[in-house]
Amino acid sequence: MKTMYPDEKGRYGNFGGKFVPETLMYALEELEEALDEAVQDQAFVDEYHQTLREYAGRPTALTYAERITHYLGGASVYLKREDLLHTGAHKLNNAIGQALLARRMGKKKIVAETGAGQHGVATATVCAAMGLECKVFMGEEDTRRQELNVFRMELLGAEVVPVHSGSKTLKDATNDAIRYWVANVEDTFYLIGSVVGPHPYPRMVRDFQRVIGDETREQTVQKTGSLPDAVFACVGGGSNAIGMFHPFLNDDVKLYGAEAAGEGMHTDNHAATINKGTKGVIHGSLTYLIQDENGQIIEPYSISAGLDYPGIGPEHAHLAESGRVTYEGVTDKEALDALTLLTKKEGILPAVESAHALHLAFQEAEKMSKEQTIVICLSGRGDKDVHSIKKFMEKEEQ
Amino acid sequence: MEGTMVQKAAEQAEYPLFIPFIMAGDPDPETTIDLALKLEEAGAHILELGIPYSDPLADGPLLQRSASRALQNEMSLRRAVELIPFMRQRGLTIPVIAFTYYNPVLQMGEKYFFDQLKENGGDGVLIPDLPYEESRDIHNMAAARGLVNITLVAPTSGGRIEKLAGEAEGFLYCVSSLGVTGTRDSFPPEAYSFIEKVKKNSSVPVAAGFGISTPAQVKSLDGVCDGVIVGSAIMKKVEENLERFKNPEEKSNALDAVKSFVSSLISS
Repeated sequence: MKTMYPDEKGRYGNFGGKFVPETLMYALEELEEALDEAVQDQAFVDEYHQTLREYAGRPTALTYAERITHYLGGASVYLKREDLLHTGAHKLNNAIGQALLARRMGKKKIVAETGAGQHGVATATVCAAMGLECKVFMGEEDTRRQELNVFRMELLGAEVVPVHSGSKTLKDATNDAIRYWVANVEDTFYLIGSVVGPHPYPRMVRDFQRVIGDETREQTVQKTGSLPDAVFACVGGGSNAIGMFHPFLNDDVKLYGAEAAGEGMHTDNHAATINKGTKGVIHGSLTYLIQDENGQIIEPYSISAGLDYPGIGPEHAHLAESGRVTYEGVTDKEALDALTLLTKKEGILPAVESAHALHLAFQEAEKMSKEQTIVICLSGRGDKDVHSIKKFMEKEEQ
Repeated sequence: MEGTMVQKAAEQAEYPLFIPFIMAGDPDPETTIDLALKLEEAGAHILELGIPYSDPLADGPLLQRSASRALQNEMSLRRAVELIPFMRQRGLTIPVIAFTYYNPVLQMGEKYFFDQLKENGGDGVLIPDLPYEESRDIHNMAAARGLVNITLVAPTSGGRIEKLAGEAEGFLYCVSSLGVTGTRDSFPPEAYSFIEKVKKNSSVPVAAGFGISTPAQVKSLDGVCDGVIVGSAIMKKVEENLERFKNPEEKSNALDAVKSFVSSLISS
């Protein structure tokens, strides 16, 4: 069965849609129209791919992890190396696509939200490269935790706006970015960082990220002669995962998403939105989210700043409900063990986010046969995490 | 068919409609009841009862702070609805509209929410993050119980104005300018022509909201539309008087301070 999601209302099965103030409806309609027109225009598509190739460094490598494969003794393990992309994570694919679209729409001002700063850095980077004005909303708490990324964005010419509302983290930065957009909607483009938000954002971000899966498909066939048996990715909002999964949805390929289980699924400190969340609306989209019985959104927890989002992309919610993708929780500790193993065996330091997918993949690979193949989306590099990894390990030793 | 309470109140008003907003639970649930009565005494026609939410996308800093205080007082959609019978017992007669984001309604259960709202003497609902396209079911559930679902129209609505205005029941909420709730020093001049355009398309009274905080602003809208909605400016008065509300000897003065501010807006 071919998947034709989302429908015209922006629904993925029971999820998605547009739950935004009336003020933004026109902007979303305008965006959808411009997007549909752009993707039909070969010149736009060519420019997007050319920028990915010549500026961002695509295609990224598919690396055979030989020592890990032997160590686990099961399926052959391949890594899709988004960590090798310019700025060090998959986020740039989407930022390039949206910035090109903004420019095409004649919008010179970009607003974005960021948690740990990866999407903020990616956005500030493309804005510098394309001469666009860039404003990044970031929770006050996160500006402290990720001081260097704040400086990096400023160096790139972006204005970083600390957000003091709510819990002062990613969800609040997103709220304030949307509030700013509502007030400046006529000349400002909101460049969202994941497959979340109101329609058409989840679809647009997916389509700008699916280059990950398209390349993986081709590279795996080239190297192994067939499609992989299973594909793994970590899921916060879920953009690297949806980009990776999408080209495989209609194939006989098992798909696994790793959610952040934080200190454990049985504790209150997790960000396992699909496994522990309930249906609701966040940032304009109907999806699963972490909330209390009165519908107030609860701040999630994960060691990984890129995964501690209380919602999840609506398409993931749908893929979970339909059973096409299996989502499992991975704890801080499990992720860091996988991170250490990969670093020691392959000389690749992954982002803590990606390490969640590694744990799930290693677990499955062990159970599989040597003739089988798996691919893990290594969504980003871990240099940014060295400090928090060190802190976590010191705490563990005590 | 008999008209809804909101429709009657909006159409039978003897002077421009005045629709105040207060946040349930700020500074505390008991005072919310007191404030509702003071507002009716001052001459309000319809009350918007705000439900605090953790992530109020359409609200500026003032109502965000107000919501945080209310949430600290453990206010919720269910509890806010349960305040209405206490208001009625003490003599509140004007229609009450629950102003809530969509997520709390979803968690409570949409049908259950409307049953409770009806049973507790509420008259309608306004959900700022539920645009026309997503509001069909809510609209029908409200109508089935003789309640109204208030429609909003914004300066960016453009070609949508006709559709939205045609849908409106009770009154049409005209968002006067771009941005979130909160007081503004002045309206952009195009606000007036926009409101006039909405008025031409609407068969129900049009009330302007967002940013209205002074008697002069209210006066400037006289004749342009049928009434005003004031929220942040009222909750600002509440915020300024937080300490007095806590002190039993000062509380009635604090309530009167809010009332006299509202009276000054209405008499302009």
